[in-house]
Amino acid sequence: MAPPAASQRYPSPSQPSGKSEVSDLKSQLRQLAGSRAPGVDDSKRELYKKVISYMTIGIDVSSVFGEMVMCSATSDIVLKKMCYLYVGNYAKGNPDLSLLTINFLQRDCKDEDPMIRGLALRSLCSLRVPNLVEYLVGPLESGLKDNNSYVRTIAVTGVLKLYHISPSPCIDADFPATLKSLMLHDSDAQVVSNCLSALQEIWSLEANHSEEACREKESLLSKPVIYYFLNRIKEFNEWAQCLILELAVKYVPSDSNDIFDIMNLLEDRLQHANGAVVLATVKVFLQLTLSMTDVHQQVYERIKSPLLTLVSSGSPEQSYAILSHLHLLVVRAPFIFASDYKHFYCQYNEPSYVKKLKLEMLTAVANESNTYEIVTELCEYAANVDIAIARESIRAVGKIALQQYDVNAIVDRLLQFLEMEKDYVTAETLVLVKDLLRKYPQWSHDCISVVGGISSKNIQEPKAKAALIWMLGEYAQDMSDAPYVLENLIENWEEEHSAEVRLHLLTAAMKCFFKRPPETQKALGTALAAGIADFHQDVHDRALFYYRVLQYDVHVAERVVSPPKQAVSVFADTQSSEIKDRIFDEFNSLSVIYQKPSYMFTDKEHRGPFEFSDELGNISITPEASSDIVPAQQYEANDKDLLLGIDQKDDNKGLSNNNGSAYTAPSFESSSNITSQLQELAISGPATSAITPQSSFGFDDLLGLGLSAAPAPTPSPPLLKLNPRAALDPGAFQQKWRQLPISLTQECSLNPQGIAALTVPQSLIRHMQSHSIHCIASGGQSPNFKFFFFAQKEPEPLNYLTECVINSSSAKAQIKVKADEQSTSQAFATVFETALSKYGMP
Amino acid sequence: MMISQFFVLSQRGDNIVFRDYRAEVPKGSTETFFRKVKFWKEDGNAEAPPIFNVDGVNYFHVKVVGLYFVATTRVNVSPSLVLELLQRIARVIKDYLGVLNEDSFRKNFVLVYELLDEVIDFGYVQTTSTEVLKSYIFNEPIVVAPARLQPIDPAAIFTQGAKRMPGTAVTKSVVANEPGGRRREEIFVDIIEKISVTFSSSGYILTSEIDGTIQMKSYLSGNPEIRLALNEDLNIGRGGRSVYDYRSSSGSGVILDDCNFHESVRLDSFDSDRTLSLVPPDGEFPVMNYRMTQEFKPPFHVNTLIEEAGRLKAEVIIKIRAEFPSDIVANTITVQMPLPNYTSRASFELELGAAGQRTDFKESNKILEWSLKKIVGGGEHTLRAKLTFSQEFHGNITKEAGPVSMTFTIPMYNVSKLQVKYLQIAKKSSSYNPYRWVRYVTQANSYVARI
Repeated sequence: MAPPAASQRYPSPSQPSGKSEVSDLKSQLRQLAGSRAPGVDDSKRELYKKVISYMTIGIDVSSVFGEMVMCSATSDIVLKKMCYLYVGNYAKGNPDLSLLTINFLQRDCKDEDPMIRGLALRSLCSLRVPNLVEYLVGPLESGLKDNNSYVRTIAVTGVLKLYHISPSPCIDADFPATLKSLMLHDSDAQVVSNCLSALQEIWSLEANHSEEACREKESLLSKPVIYYFLNRIKEFNEWAQCLILELAVKYVPSDSNDIFDIMNLLEDRLQHANGAVVLATVKVFLQLTLSMTDVHQQVYERIKSPLLTLVSSGSPEQSYAILSHLHLLVVRAPFIFASDYKHFYCQYNEPSYVKKLKLEMLTAVANESNTYEIVTELCEYAANVDIAIARESIRAVGKIALQQYDVNAIVDRLLQFLEMEKDYVTAETLVLVKDLLRKYPQWSHDCISVVGGISSKNIQEPKAKAALIWMLGEYAQDMSDAPYVLENLIENWEEEHSAEVRLHLLTAAMKCFFKRPPETQKALGTALAAGIADFHQDVHDRALFYYRVLQYDVHVAERVVSPPKQAVSVFADTQSSEIKDRIFDEFNSLSVIYQKPSYMFTDKEHRGPFEFSDELGNISITPEASSDIVPAQQYEANDKDLLLGIDQKDDNKGLSNNNGSAYTAPSFESSSNITSQLQELAISGPATSAITPQSSFGFDDLLGLGLSAAPAPTPSPPLLKLNPRAALDPGAFQQKWRQLPISLTQECSLNPQGIAALTVPQSLIRHMQSHSIHCIASGGQSPNFKFFFFAQKEPEPLNYLTECVINSSSAKAQIKVKADEQSTSQAFATVFETALSKYGMP
Repeated sequence: MMISQFFVLSQRGDNIVFRDYRAEVPKGSTETFFRKVKFWKEDGNAEAPPIFNVDGVNYFHVKVVGLYFVATTRVNVSPSLVLELLQRIARVIKDYLGVLNEDSFRKNFVLVYELLDEVIDFGYVQTTSTEVLKSYIFNEPIVVAPARLQPIDPAAIFTQGAKRMPGTAVTKSVVANEPGGRRREEIFVDIIEKISVTFSSSGYILTSEIDGTIQMKSYLSGNPEIRLALNEDLNIGRGGRSVYDYRSSSGSGVILDDCNFHESVRLDSFDSDRTLSLVPPDGEFPVMNYRMTQEFKPPFHVNTLIEEAGRLKAEVIIKIRAEFPSDIVANTITVQMPLPNYTSRASFELELGAAGQRTDFKESNKILEWSLKKIVGGGEHTLRAKLTFSQEFHGNITKEAGPVSMTFTIPMYNVSKLQVKYLQIAKKSSSYNPYRWVRYVTQANSYVARI
């Protein structure tokens, strides 16, 4: 361990200047070492304190190591603790000396006093000296069996420390198994929770090369283990509760009752004063209900109030962490928060990082009913003393305008900003007016009359200047002095430092010239000459290009530079929905704070004990599977015994309606669905047993026999037969997904009926199942859906794993296929694509 | 869920304590952190956010009494967990030291290390309960005399920054004995309300909110059970609907939008008779946090007038009126107002016989500041300021100045009308009668009047 570097700034009279003090200490310690005089412990304490104080401020006191160890023969526990602290700090750098400490630490591990046993064991395991690990195993073994829970707690963490120093002695001593049994049987909650964190860490690291560890890791997510923890969650302290809740997030519930049981069990955790407990609970609720749209929405409603309370009750730092999560939810489901907009008003004394989040939230929740009030409030901030916030506020007004609510009133306000005559306000507003005009050209008249009154001399910021110049060019016919303003600007070409502005000047001069040639000709000539002589490559190139195209044909030039424009309908979103979904899946982590998925800021091994490491990673399949598994398993039941399946369904409904819980199961499965399901199953039935020419066209196509009467533009795929009853458990799927490389990626289209049917994503799952392609997990919300499918070849059981991301607004699907047998993956992809293309067809 | 290092830095960036739990973060993290916080420039923000990432290391910090409590980790942990932990470590240390400041820290760093070793092991939180920690801690605190504290109001001791996390008046350690070797049996219950109000330029209330905490600090031996009865007409908003939707003026009863509770609180009879029962652990902790948007009477009415007086002059008149009973006294009141950028001078005129008032024009950021030691309920005070401008103003002067903001503390007053009706301590014997202190205090969080 590295002691902190020296800091000489603390003006203390006892501040040691260097070595003389340390050697002084050394001799004093030596004198005391053998002494048994009364009161010697007090003198020792004083000396020890000095040593540790030096250590803290970064003075190297490792040279007194020997003396410290000699002095440690004491029964004074305060002295012992200081000695342990010291030893822990310097052992790694002094492995030889550390050997000296082993003796007394081992002796202390057998002390009568459990406190000393515990402390000694902790120090022993904290030495971090690899060649001393042989001395750890024995004390750890007895520590884990100690009858005192304090010692056991420390021993459990000690095992983890040992694993990090050197894994093999830890595994050889079978410590993980011991921890597992302690975890499930120990009476002390802290021992249990330390076992859980130690095992998560050890098994995650071991899982990379051990099948068994991988299984063990999965076993933590089994129903008995999860219920064991959840049922006694209140016995644990708040920090351990967070650990358990994080584990529960990864659990795959067996059915919807399971989901509601868990939610009802955890309901009161939302009233906890500790924000970390509440957020961890919220994550469990959100992930469990991902595919149950109604319930998911109920969850949003339920968590709103507790989160708002946490935002206003903690320190500013804590509110920030909570607010970042609220921000994520607001942006995801603005309509749910639309009536709460007042909570996102900024307070004048809030830190700017909080205000910034709130401004974004206000922008997100703006709708027909609250826009007027929100914009009024934002306009107040535009006069804020904090210039950065004033700018953000103006931008927020602009964004709301681009969302199409009450544009009329907003344009008025924006134009009022221009009257404030503050440089930065004018600058921001100009940029916005430009964007507005690109989207709503019908407002040009009102805007141009005001913009025309702005003197370009008062605008310094390149972005604003460029915006103004763009408007001058675009609306040259409406602004009487446009050519002259441009001319002025062009004359000062040399003083214009921003290449962006110079580029805009060239284009604006061209546009202006096409509209008002006589007035602009001279200015354009000057601009082109200056541009061609410009040292900036882009400016030079553009000027030259304009010059040549003008030479070639003025009309062509006009068509190139100033074609009739279409209004922009949607400005590109800066963040893809894929990324947003990943961040949502990493709820209650730093990803939310940084607004980036974890792979962008963290290396693999630090993404948390239960994150999956490759690209499947953060879309972690389990939480999604948790929601999906409900229908999937019911199909399975139907598959086996159709009558029973229907009965079960009724049972489920009865239960979920009668259990008096706060949440109710969605009733998306009506009996008509069941009949259609029956049909589908009936159709898929024969496909498994026979390749008969009299099968429906669908099968011919599916099986690639080329007998299809339907036009098939794709080359006929090789024969591929899939097992309609293939089974693969989610754990195995994850593991395979991790291990296999992507064998191919392709894009395919969905037909419009398919997109329409996708309002019930379950229908796609059923559809694919009828083609012997089984869904293992699904998630997402319109317009982005994600599914994980698998299929198994027959007769040899080779697996095909597919990730399918469907964007319902573009009607496109991206598929990634991973296969046990690479050579047939193209054939499978064709089958998949064909099946997908039939989705929604009657 | 683990952290790598924990350290505390002074305002100047000196290490006060430093503990490395996992040796995963390279040397120099304290310097990296301090440089980053001190010279934060990213995103145009003036101050560093509580969480940032430098070279793959995540830095978390909270500021308490001017000290930086910092944790580092490489893992993608729960941010609120780490921030909550840092705040909790500060509270545990305060429980032990009685007074939390740089001086008490330096005098007791061995004790602090002792605490840190029990709070976190190998980066995993073990416990932050002062009660539990007591049996593992052997160092005696060296108590720093509270006299060395700034003489500020009781509720502000544990505060730092704009939004407050108020503490109590109690500045004695939970473990230290009184002179004479005996501890006084006593318990403190503080109802602390931070209020936020925004007035429109015409004096209407645009938004208002009360963020309250019932804070407890117990020095009772033997952990007796305590029952805390609140108003019987207390209601808690259901279904997450904002009270903004159905704000009523009739105002019978206290309606909380939402609340949350400390772990130790049992709510068995809360629904029937609004009673909380708990066995208070040692140390200071919030029993309950609550949030209210129900309408309430703002304690101060603020009236601001700004008038042009010639081409280079203007006059500002600020009038504040205390709208609470005359047996209540507000203290440490400050009124601030940003003035137009081009203000070069401000001369003030206080009312006749004004005592305990100070005025200031902060040249650097053009802010007018008026502070008053106290205001008695019903009282009214006026400030006149004559402004001189360095250039002619154009347009609307009210757009260039304001808003007026206020901070204040009003002891023994709470705006929500939430009350502790009684505080019952399970009796150990008939002669057992500990001291009980129930105190109310109202503080401004964000109290703003637009002009």
